[in-house]
Amino acid sequence: MNLLLLIGIPLVAALAVLASRNAKQVRWISLTGATVQLIASFALLFTFKAERAAGNTAQMLFEQKYALFPAWHINFHLGVDGISVAMILLTSFVLVAGVLVSWNVEKMTKEFYFLLVLLALGAYGFFISLDLFILFFFLEISVIPKYLLIGIWGSGKKEYSANKLALMLMGGSALILVGMLGLYFEGGRSFDLLKLSQMNLDTSTQHILFPLLFAGFGVFTALFPFHTWVPDGHSSAPTAGSMFLAGISMKLGGYGCLRVATYLLPEGAKEYANIIIILSAIAILYGAFATMMQKDLKYINAYSSVSHVGFSLLGIGMLTQTAMTGAVMQMVSHGVMTALFFAVIGMIYDRTHTRMVADMGGLMKVMPFVATVFFIVGLCSLGLPGLSGFVAEMTVFVGSWENADAFHRIATVAAAMSIVVTAVYILRAVGQTVMGPIKNEYTQLKDANWNEKLAAILLLAGILAIGIAPFWLNDLLKPGIELIMQKLASVK
Amino acid sequence: MNEFLILMKSELAVTVILFLLLFIKIGKGMRNETLLPLIQVLLLLNFLLGFFFNKQGVLFEGLYTTSPMIVLQKNILNLGVYLISLLCADWLKKTPHLSEFFMLMLSALMGMFFMISSGNLLMFYLSLELATIPVAAMANFDLEKKISSEAAMKMILSSAFSSGILLFGISLLYGATGTISFAELPSQLDGSPLQIMAFVFLFTAFAFKLSIVPFHLWTADVYEGSPIAVTSFLSVISKGSIAFIFISTLYKVFQPMEAVWYNMIVVLAIATMVTGNLFALPQQNIKRFLAFSSIAQVGFILVAISSNSPEGLSSVVYFVLIYVFSNLAAFGVASVISEKTGRENIDDYKGLYKTNPFLTWILALALFSLAGVPPTAGFFGKLFLLTAGGSKADYWFIAVAALNMIISLYYYLRIVRAMFMDKNEQPVEKIQPNPSVRLALIICGAGIVLTGMLSWVYDYIVKLS
Repeated sequence: MNLLLLIGIPLVAALAVLASRNAKQVRWISLTGATVQLIASFALLFTFKAERAAGNTAQMLFEQKYALFPAWHINFHLGVDGISVAMILLTSFVLVAGVLVSWNVEKMTKEFYFLLVLLALGAYGFFISLDLFILFFFLEISVIPKYLLIGIWGSGKKEYSANKLALMLMGGSALILVGMLGLYFEGGRSFDLLKLSQMNLDTSTQHILFPLLFAGFGVFTALFPFHTWVPDGHSSAPTAGSMFLAGISMKLGGYGCLRVATYLLPEGAKEYANIIIILSAIAILYGAFATMMQKDLKYINAYSSVSHVGFSLLGIGMLTQTAMTGAVMQMVSHGVMTALFFAVIGMIYDRTHTRMVADMGGLMKVMPFVATVFFIVGLCSLGLPGLSGFVAEMTVFVGSWENADAFHRIATVAAAMSIVVTAVYILRAVGQTVMGPIKNEYTQLKDANWNEKLAAILLLAGILAIGIAPFWLNDLLKPGIELIMQKLASVK
Repeated sequence: MNEFLILMKSELAVTVILFLLLFIKIGKGMRNETLLPLIQVLLLLNFLLGFFFNKQGVLFEGLYTTSPMIVLQKNILNLGVYLISLLCADWLKKTPHLSEFFMLMLSALMGMFFMISSGNLLMFYLSLELATIPVAAMANFDLEKKISSEAAMKMILSSAFSSGILLFGISLLYGATGTISFAELPSQLDGSPLQIMAFVFLFTAFAFKLSIVPFHLWTADVYEGSPIAVTSFLSVISKGSIAFIFISTLYKVFQPMEAVWYNMIVVLAIATMVTGNLFALPQQNIKRFLAFSSIAQVGFILVAISSNSPEGLSSVVYFVLIYVFSNLAAFGVASVISEKTGRENIDDYKGLYKTNPFLTWILALALFSLAGVPPTAGFFGKLFLLTAGGSKADYWFIAVAALNMIISLYYYLRIVRAMFMDKNEQPVEKIQPNPSVRLALIICGAGIVLTGMLSWVYDYIVKLS
């Protein structure tokens, strides 16, 4: 399969959106583009599996390489392994759902969808790049769309949040840039990921570059203490923006931490693993406790995202095969789950015009569909077996437990305790929102529209697919993770 | 004779246009409505001529040198002048002295061409003067505005001062080495204290012209006081030409003294970036704002110059090309709005998107390009500057530059936010830009989007350098 399709389709869709005449056309073009992209992602999954089944054991499949800036040895180098395929699938799910839930955006519809598609384009490009330069390009491409989406279509203190988000992410990019240039010059003037992975950089270099790259990508994925943009950014963004930010953009960071920082600099990873574990354990617990105090549904999900994403970083820090598989599973699982969470919150807000938990109640009576989905996604968040959250978090814990020393045990137990806190805040929020007596002003509210139902069902399908049959995801991720583990095992 | 024509074609073409304007002026004269399109066409032809007959060569016993790279540099300046003639059409049409304005601008341009081509310190000094004095006259072109005369006065005083320093440096250098020829100087340089002192004076003169901190104090006032056409000429064309000759002087002539100038450049680059950025933060007037932001941009150029490598040269030329598009687009939008409404404050841009989506998108693209955010070309330009600078393995230096990119993003976002998000009781009314302005803005917008994506542009520059 030609990977250029994955960035070509959004590009064509974005241009078509610009050329379209009215809001209706814009919506349908975006939906068509997103659907075609979803089909292409599934085609990628199946061709990828077929290739692997046929015995193709190359590290990256469907590789393509075009010289871009020969003077700097920069190539447009594309390729995927199981991890990227999983991420691309996730992106496609969230994109289709995001387009569907934004159906009622009336304000500057064309610009809204254009920016949304551009955001997706960046994510696709990021996941298929095998050259640090274009990887960085695609990572950065999302700065403008994120800033404008929050600032123009957001709510609350949107200008403040948009500024904070853009600047903090730019700060992360600056760290990545310095780390990247370090890799470039120390690794023989190449940005090529595969080439750099063959280099054995000396220990002191790795110890300097690893924190730069890990913290840089960590800003994107809410590594404590760089998580402060998350609550503001997520709660101010429009529904589709929150879905993308939490569902995909945060995963770009996690993917970068794994693929760039840990894979290329294994000695650095070993040196700093304990710090990562401490920081992510703090994020997990702090995020969970902070969520307890929130009264706004979007803030609840934003803080709980900090906590949940902490599990992926914890999994990376544990440096065992199982934990890392869990980390990637958690990225995918949390991506789908949080997107659905924000979608449902958006649906509720569109109807009740409030996001305060205390102002709601009894929504099950008037909008059973929305309320049921809300209930299920809540259960997924608190880790109910059979849903994706359980599988991913359990894998992380099992993998963490493989480290037998006291430090890792304590960190694992501390992180696991957060599940109790999660149960408290989720059950409280869901219970107060959908159960109990209904307020008078809410009795006339309508249930979800076709587009909202479709979006919710799509994401629910994702949650169930991971929750009931996690092995397919596990099989997909295994070779990629094994390579990283081999690289880690090869250094002392 | 034939060789003379080909090697000096850029200068000769400009001279021909200059004399044509002179004859028109002393002859019957022409109305602005017909003269301006004529000038625009001539400048376009001049720009296109730059792509043909590119040769390497030396004339007048080494006084004048040229190469395909130098012709490319000149042509980037030609492009900038052509774009300015389109962008400021509204203002130019109204000015009573249109042909004088272009005569001054073209003589300054010719001075810059000779400066880039100079192979001798005296030639360099003469052409630098030719490139400066007409610009001071141009700064005074808003004849009824006091602030414009003030700008011209400040400009002429500061450039006279820097010329004095430059001449002093040249004489010291001549005393220390016995030559003023660029070709012979490198073999005579041994880093003796007298030579270092002479070099510091030369360097200071460059720093004045490039407005490197702490020699930048004239910049903001001159930019604010001058008409926007002149401000954009100063900030793009003047800066670009000086950057070109600065880099070739350092790399070719003062190559043996690299140990001396590397540290100077590192310190000044940091000072320039930080000061430019911090002073840009509180500015209210868009011209002052762009003045300080352009000071910060010069700091980034210095980062690449510090590398002393072919990559340094190619990335600076590439960056200047992108800078022509980005900065001229920003000044172009500012010029349209200022000409139609007389408003030049950032607060006046609030709610601009509601009334003028086209202008807003162009300005936003330009600002994102200046900030170095993809997919704009500025991203590639900045990244290459920093990558070139990184080749010395002083990563903390690159880290400081990267931090400055964050600060600069903050203030560029201020304008983007004002245009897209803030509400305004009295936004700028709907403006229908003149077709030539529209064309120039579209060229700039296309340049901002495409120069980075089409990687052969950079390849082309690398091949020539």
